[in-house]
Amino acid sequence: MADKNFDEALSGLETGAAEEQGAETPRGEAADEASHPSVPALRARFGDAILHHTVFSGDEHVIYVGTERSKEILGWLAADPAQRYDLLVDLTAVDYGGGRPLEVLYQLWSTTHKRQLRVKSTVVLKDLETDSVVDIWNSADWLERETFDMFGINFRGHPDLRRILMPDNYAEGHPLRKDFPLRGRFSRAEQTRRALSMQVEDYYTPDELHVGGASSSNATAQPNAAATAEAARHHEGTPSRPNNAENWSPGTEGSAAAAGSGATV
Amino acid sequence: MSTKTVEYLVTRTPELGADGRPITMPVLPPGIEPEMHGEHMLINIGPQHPATHGVLRLVLELDGETVIKCTPHIGYLHSSFEKLGEFRNWNQIIPLTDRMDYLAPLIYNCAYAMAVEKMMGIEVTERCKVVRVICMELDRIFSHLLWLGTTAIDIGAFTVFLWTFQERERIYSLHESFTGARITTSATRIGGMMADLPTGWISSLRNFVDTLPKTLDEVETLLTHNNLWIGRNKDVGIISGADAINYGMTGPNLRASGVAYDLRKDRPYYDYETYDFDVVVGEHGDCYDRYLVRMEEMRQSLLILDQAMARLPDGPINVDDPRVILPGKYDAMADMESMIHHFKVVMQGVKAPAGESWFSVESSKGELGMYVVSDGGSKPVRWRVRGPSFINLSALPKMVEGHLLSDVITINASLDIVLGEIDR
Repeated sequence: MADKNFDEALSGLETGAAEEQGAETPRGEAADEASHPSVPALRARFGDAILHHTVFSGDEHVIYVGTERSKEILGWLAADPAQRYDLLVDLTAVDYGGGRPLEVLYQLWSTTHKRQLRVKSTVVLKDLETDSVVDIWNSADWLERETFDMFGINFRGHPDLRRILMPDNYAEGHPLRKDFPLRGRFSRAEQTRRALSMQVEDYYTPDELHVGGASSSNATAQPNAAATAEAARHHEGTPSRPNNAENWSPGTEGSAAAAGSGATV
Repeated sequence: MSTKTVEYLVTRTPELGADGRPITMPVLPPGIEPEMHGEHMLINIGPQHPATHGVLRLVLELDGETVIKCTPHIGYLHSSFEKLGEFRNWNQIIPLTDRMDYLAPLIYNCAYAMAVEKMMGIEVTERCKVVRVICMELDRIFSHLLWLGTTAIDIGAFTVFLWTFQERERIYSLHESFTGARITTSATRIGGMMADLPTGWISSLRNFVDTLPKTLDEVETLLTHNNLWIGRNKDVGIISGADAINYGMTGPNLRASGVAYDLRKDRPYYDYETYDFDVVVGEHGDCYDRYLVRMEEMRQSLLILDQAMARLPDGPINVDDPRVILPGKYDAMADMESMIHHFKVVMQGVKAPAGESWFSVESSKGELGMYVVSDGGSKPVRWRVRGPSFINLSALPKMVEGHLLSDVITINASLDIVLGEIDR
């Protein structure tokens, strides 16, 4: 751990790239708002909250909204009978690098009106947070987890915001950010060491460990406070249930086998 | 805790009701409390398990044999394709695309090339359009055949697997004679294809199109009215149309739930609106409907292939655009300007103007979206793949809840996932 490169990598993880003053993401030229029926409706309903409207590649209409009202606007787009964007096709983010803000992108499709629309909002590097839209579209669940995993954007109100593609205890940061080197932040040796030192518990979510009967003390490499507290509460309620091999006794053989082996079935 | 009574068909001696349909009965005899107040058990399926179709790991919380909660764990095949793409030229990304869905590589090749062409404003030639339609429909059959064989083997029918893989072998040969590779085809280039179709390829394809229906008929004889097959599939893993849309499901999985969303009709590309074919739609949204939809989709794809072969025009396969297409080999060797041009396209790569495009095609699994962002250089700022399997799989926990452990295998198989694209 006293490796100099390793320490440098960790400090880079904390600070991120230097932010350029006034840097903005490219937005495209303003387009005729009447060319897409949803844009005038949005403008009439939300006014200045619709920051910009542009068209990419001929027919791809993009509107830019502020992060603070993005969920309200998306909820309206999904629910309003004249819009009915009921299919959230894609949700992802774009990092343009150079300390510029990240763009969160929602690709929508209306199965009733057969229209598509792209909504973008920007989040600055200092405050990578936006509202979750899982309660509007369930498909946002995994897509937001992936965006969190790859870009480190925190989706407020997401029911289960964990990493999805990378392991839960991955410590090198968020791979699709521009300040992330292609081969990762740590050296090959460190990456191998970490891979080899994974514990069985690292492969389970706190909820699963709870069901499987693992003890709360080694439940996770990065303890989740709420889950640990809940696990502790659970064990108080069922004191007869042994948690590990140490307090195993012949009299509790049946439940010991169930509890001790539960996490490794 | 769930008090759901699991309705499950006992098919060993199938009994038919008055309407001719098999009678469903609860798992437990009447009078016995279905809820067992025991401890819940945790069970792992995968990551190394033949029925998960790759390195998918499902952690199931079971009450007896009933699934209370299912948590898919993915990422075991994560290869960071999207990050790699940011360090590759536009054309160098094509080999990455067919490694995502190795069951339908040509669809991925085409979809990526189409997204970049749309961003650059390139209109490919008429011949190229028809060739790509042929490629995409051929690989739709290719992927559905694999789905059919592996699903049958998951449920216990071994013969179907051998028959469909024999047919897939013929498609492999078609791939090989066109692109030189059997799985990792990398057949498209920005602005066209790597090569024109070889001589005699169309007649081999004609032979395939003419003889595949016989195999499909044979498979249908084995499965469609088979009581075991019906028992394992019917009313299992039901998802309503509204739910399926809300979970973002697309492709045959969504159409089996009764929603006629097919990009080939809704946002036609490559003149799909001029081909005569039907969008296959199911009714109940269960595993059996997903099976029927895919079977019929293969026949519709054969119809499209038939029409595409008939209309295949002559002419160049690549666009006449020096920004993207290399000069001929003879010119590059004999003519100074062509040589410089060749050198620049190869060494600097194709340069795309600043802009972005989100383009999607109907792949065999669902809506395959390709999102490309350029800042004017020869490498993308962002290349994003909206994998249909990734989002279809996210509905799995909802679909298996309350079902039996053995149905998890059926439902997972019926979703037709490919882990290369889920993990990317």
